[in-house]
Amino acid sequence: MNNENLGIPISNFKLMNTIKYLLQKEFIQIFRNKTLLPLIFVLPVVQLIILVNAATFEMKNIDMIVLDKDLSQSSRNLISKFEGSPFYHINSFTFSLEEAEEKLLDNSADVILNIPANFERDLLRNNKSKIQFLINAINGTAAGLINAYSISIVQDFNKEIIQEWYDLNQIKIELPIKLNYRYWFNENLEYTIYMLPGILVILVTLIGMFLSALNIVREKEIGTIEQINVTPIKKYQFIIGKLLPFLIIALFEMAFGLVIGRLLFDQPMVGSLWLLFGFTFVYLLVALGLGLFFSAISANQQQVMFTVYFFLLTFILMSGIFTPVESMPDWAQIINRINPFMYFMKAIRMILLKGSGFFDILDEFVSLSIYAVVILSLAIWRYRKTV
Amino acid sequence: MKRFFGFIKKEFFHIFRDKRTMLILFGMPIIQILLFGYVVTNEIKDAEIAILDLSKDDISQEITNKLSSSGYFQIKKVLHSHTEIEDVLKSGIIKEVVVFEADFAKKIEREGIANIQLIADASDANTANLIVNYTKGIISNYAISLRKDVEMPLQIEPEIRMFYNEELKGAFMFVPGTMALILMLISAMMTSISIAREKELGTMEVLLVSPLRPFQIIIGKVSPYIAMAFVNAVVIIAMGVFVFNMPVLGSISLLMLESLLFIVMALALGIFISTVSNSQQVAMFISLFALLLPTMLLSGFIFPIENMPLVLQWLSSIIPPKYFIIIIKNVMLKGTGISFVWKETLVLLGMTVFFILLSVKKFKVRLE
Repeated sequence: MNNENLGIPISNFKLMNTIKYLLQKEFIQIFRNKTLLPLIFVLPVVQLIILVNAATFEMKNIDMIVLDKDLSQSSRNLISKFEGSPFYHINSFTFSLEEAEEKLLDNSADVILNIPANFERDLLRNNKSKIQFLINAINGTAAGLINAYSISIVQDFNKEIIQEWYDLNQIKIELPIKLNYRYWFNENLEYTIYMLPGILVILVTLIGMFLSALNIVREKEIGTIEQINVTPIKKYQFIIGKLLPFLIIALFEMAFGLVIGRLLFDQPMVGSLWLLFGFTFVYLLVALGLGLFFSAISANQQQVMFTVYFFLLTFILMSGIFTPVESMPDWAQIINRINPFMYFMKAIRMILLKGSGFFDILDEFVSLSIYAVVILSLAIWRYRKTV
Repeated sequence: MKRFFGFIKKEFFHIFRDKRTMLILFGMPIIQILLFGYVVTNEIKDAEIAILDLSKDDISQEITNKLSSSGYFQIKKVLHSHTEIEDVLKSGIIKEVVVFEADFAKKIEREGIANIQLIADASDANTANLIVNYTKGIISNYAISLRKDVEMPLQIEPEIRMFYNEELKGAFMFVPGTMALILMLISAMMTSISIAREKELGTMEVLLVSPLRPFQIIIGKVSPYIAMAFVNAVVIIAMGVFVFNMPVLGSISLLMLESLLFIVMALALGIFISTVSNSQQVAMFISLFALLLPTMLLSGFIFPIENMPLVLQWLSSIIPPKYFIIIIKNVMLKGTGISFVWKETLVLLGMTVFFILLSVKKFKVRLE
């Protein structure tokens, strides 16, 4: 009776103490490494600031070459539409298609506007006229955007001339359906506030996974793991001791990144930050758990690095950071269930931009929690104290 | 010389013995290319939308049908009041809500005009923009068809032709980009790690006191990686050609030579990283952070460089993959020869020399 009553607090005390010492050891090791330490804290911040600006799909300065064989009032009006647009920059005028195509070839122009002779005559006589856009599609994304921008300018132009025509003939034209649209959560369609949380997720994961993955395997390689193996430290204590320090560092990076986002990029934070950090905590358990698991099954640092790199690259590209997850084929969406990035990418954007609450992200939360339990158990199971 | 070959043989053994690393190194390009080709896409397909039809008449029904049969949208939810809009958008399943006002058809008949409101979840700005544009297009077409009595005059029809990538296939962008990423990884990361490893384990000292000259050691170290990286380059190009029908309009030998140049450049970079790092951990950290995200984001692989702020455009000029991607695209898609890419080739050459000189300088310092 007595023994039992006393036994529990003592073993609890011992457990806490052991973990405390392990944590102390890890932190001393991290803060002693004078090369790695600044890298851990400076590189992510620098990258965040730089890369958020790089990730934009907004087109500016589309270089256009005009091939106007008609030289009429209408063709000039159309060209001035492009001149007036902030997105286009008329690079040059020419009368030779070869010359214009040459410029596409050496990348000095993005698009050729080809207005055929008889453009105005066809427009007045047949009510229909054709123009051609020849787009340099060497970069597919840019080409898609140029295509959309050009068509919308032509459509505007169409509307104007229709309006003029009806004004002249004094007919009232109005389509029977009036459309108005609103963009919620991001009125101005800004790309940075969408990308920043995504890039932050990647950076925080890189740091956490990198540190945790290399850690155990490094001890293996140097041989110090033998020393730990002969101590009475339990396997789960060891894993907790390896997990917590990096978790704290990663949470710190997350907070730091959010502050930068707030100060430099006006990142909106609509939802509860407590919820965000709670979610981050569970996510990091998974990310670091994966790192520890890879570490436990690898023999040397090189091997673990490639395993991590492989999964990181695949996970990042499938996470929905650049392209919507919903556009992926079904089989890819099934594979994506084991992609922790996907859950977090979705949740962080929902919380920060939309202010979604706990019940909105319940699915992601439950999935990640199960994931965390599974992967940490696997890591503990795979870590062998015997050689 | 015999000693030197023996050394190279040892290095090959070292690498090929590690079955898992081998599997990853040769499996990764294949999986990566397939992923990019099939999975990563910007197209809108079956986007999930909700309808709030306060009128429920023939016309609103017909527009709803037009939307759902367009292939772009899938009507996931039918709402009954405005208060539900915020909830469904916040839950994240619904991308857009289409709201028909009450007495929709009646208003069209009596007043000649009725309202539809589109509310898009713009937390993903790009997707929201696309979805709203598609919806606008479908509804406008329908609205025009309602006014059969008036003929639309004066239409200018734009005809679009995409040069060098007629169907705007994503693979044409991703194959060169992935190639740059993978070659960079294998060459720069592997060399930097393997040299840092020898240093850390102390075996570098052993090599340095051997009769082999330092440059022989370096060449011996990198030659297996050159071979592996080159095999990967060939595999990636072959997959681009045979799986995604990517053309190779230019000269294949030029393509191979440029790939080789890029590989050597990446190796030189790897050697340089290893000379500035004192442990594998640092070497990996630098290669991972300095190479992964910048290669993805600043090389023009996914996001067009012309759209970036000026400072970043300058910054992108020190990112080697940028030049490699330009060269590959030129040779494969445009079929241009060296006369169009000599500048980029020179930059890569210059970078190679720069990294080698820098490493030689650092290397000597260590030996003193």
